[in-house]
Amino acid sequence: MGYDLAMRVWRGDADGGELRDFTVEVEEGMVVLDAVHRLQATQANDLAVRWNCKAGKCGSCSAEVNGKPRLMCMTRLNLFDPGETVTITPLRTFPVVRDLVTDVAFNYEKAEEVPTFAPGRPTGDDGHHRMQQVDVDRVQEFRKCIECFMCQNVCHVLRDHEDKKKVFAGPRLMIRYAELEMHPLDTNDRRDLLREEAGVGYCNITKCCTDVCPEHIKITDNGIIPLKERVADASFDPIAALGRRLRRHSPADDGTGGA
Amino acid sequence: MPVRTRPAPTADPAVTPRPVPAPRAAVGARTLRKDNWWVEPLVTVVVLVGFVAYGMWAALRNGNYFHDPYLSPFYSPCLTDNCLDNATPHIFGDISPVSPALIILVFPLGFRLTCYYYRKAYYRSFWWAPPACAVPDFRRGYQGETRFPLILQNIHRYFWYFAIIFAGLLTYDAVLAFIYDGHFGIGVGTGVLVVNAALIWLYSLSCHSCRHLCGGGLKRLSAAPLRRRVWARLSVLNRHHMFFAWASLLWIMATDFYIWLVASGHLTDAHWIA
Repeated sequence: MGYDLAMRVWRGDADGGELRDFTVEVEEGMVVLDAVHRLQATQANDLAVRWNCKAGKCGSCSAEVNGKPRLMCMTRLNLFDPGETVTITPLRTFPVVRDLVTDVAFNYEKAEEVPTFAPGRPTGDDGHHRMQQVDVDRVQEFRKCIECFMCQNVCHVLRDHEDKKKVFAGPRLMIRYAELEMHPLDTNDRRDLLREEAGVGYCNITKCCTDVCPEHIKITDNGIIPLKERVADASFDPIAALGRRLRRHSPADDGTGGA
Repeated sequence: MPVRTRPAPTADPAVTPRPVPAPRAAVGARTLRKDNWWVEPLVTVVVLVGFVAYGMWAALRNGNYFHDPYLSPFYSPCLTDNCLDNATPHIFGDISPVSPALIILVFPLGFRLTCYYYRKAYYRSFWWAPPACAVPDFRRGYQGETRFPLILQNIHRYFWYFAIIFAGLLTYDAVLAFIYDGHFGIGVGTGVLVVNAALIWLYSLSCHSCRHLCGGGLKRLSAAPLRRRVWARLSVLNRHHMFFAWASLLWIMATDFYIWLVASGHLTDAHWIA
């Protein structure tokens, strides 16, 4: 059954903008992105909105719906009371291009700073790398990331402190670091980098990144906190440092990764 | 050997001016959230302030914390000559009129203060950094856990080592709570202390540092099958760390209150002795 949905959509660009009110006819089963498309087709042909798969897998249609970061294509209208006004704004943390489209280049610039995967010499007789499933299970959780950048958007360090964009990589990149640090074949040690250039210490683990992740990746519990513990191994734990000095084992040999 | 990595050198920021960041959308309102986002931090403040107030009263009252065979967890282990129980050696001598609780409380307090879950709780509710997701920080400046004193949060694992010792001692207290004047027995207080010890173990073993130290820090889990199994089981507990944090906190308070009621004569402990 259809009804008239009251929408408030941010229209504007880098020079300024405002929330504008619209009424759009919608039907049962529609999602917020459908309503935006109907608005675009019937009343605001020049409304800029980024979208692609409409299946929650491309991460393109991230926006803020009633103040919360959401994928518009995965936000059903029946979440809201039919008489409620649905307010849609662009992601606040990134520079706006136009209307609901933001420039997320910051995230790719930060990604370039992450030292890449560096496998050691193959250990197999046939010259191939070998690894066991149990060693990559936890890494595969991080591979589910669709780069919607909602975690970056909601992270208060980046959202409320523009100056910290220089010194903090953000939760999406922390997941990238975790993926590499926990990879059984990787030989790089990024712990000093994590503490300094990537600024893991700026994260105060308030878990908003986990709360908004559409792939339900446990960003804080499985990614950032293990990274903080690895940094503690390297920089804040004299007993662990003494143990490493006594053992003098290569992390690649004993599987500890220096822990 | 692992390679300590650094990003490729870039242009000197002192020489090369950084581009001015493009403006964000001028949305106006500080938050557009319509739900009751303030309820969670408010409840956290009320419960934690309530616990601190109760804890101060419990630690400073210096009396009615022991009713044979029950010892309040606020006073365990009791290590001074003015202790009312004799379960542990009184290695600190006579420090009266100072409460023996004050000697030991730094350890459980430090464990909870540096706990990854409680950090989330009090950063949100007391610091307002942030008070809720997509609600702005209260303060303009922010240094996270990069400087003193909050950089000390990184020593959480050391408090965890002590937490395991304390969990063992509270288990010992729970076992002693089965012995009434040399005879086996079970009372309401026994059950209270057993639940207390169980919750403390669950909270301590679900700790993120514990999970890391027991196996999470390994690069190749397959290289250490026993540690991998331990890590996998601790990971299951870790998912409920928040619940264990609150349950154990409230139960400690309930345990002390029950023992105070019995020791002060306000309540008679119901028990059966073999």
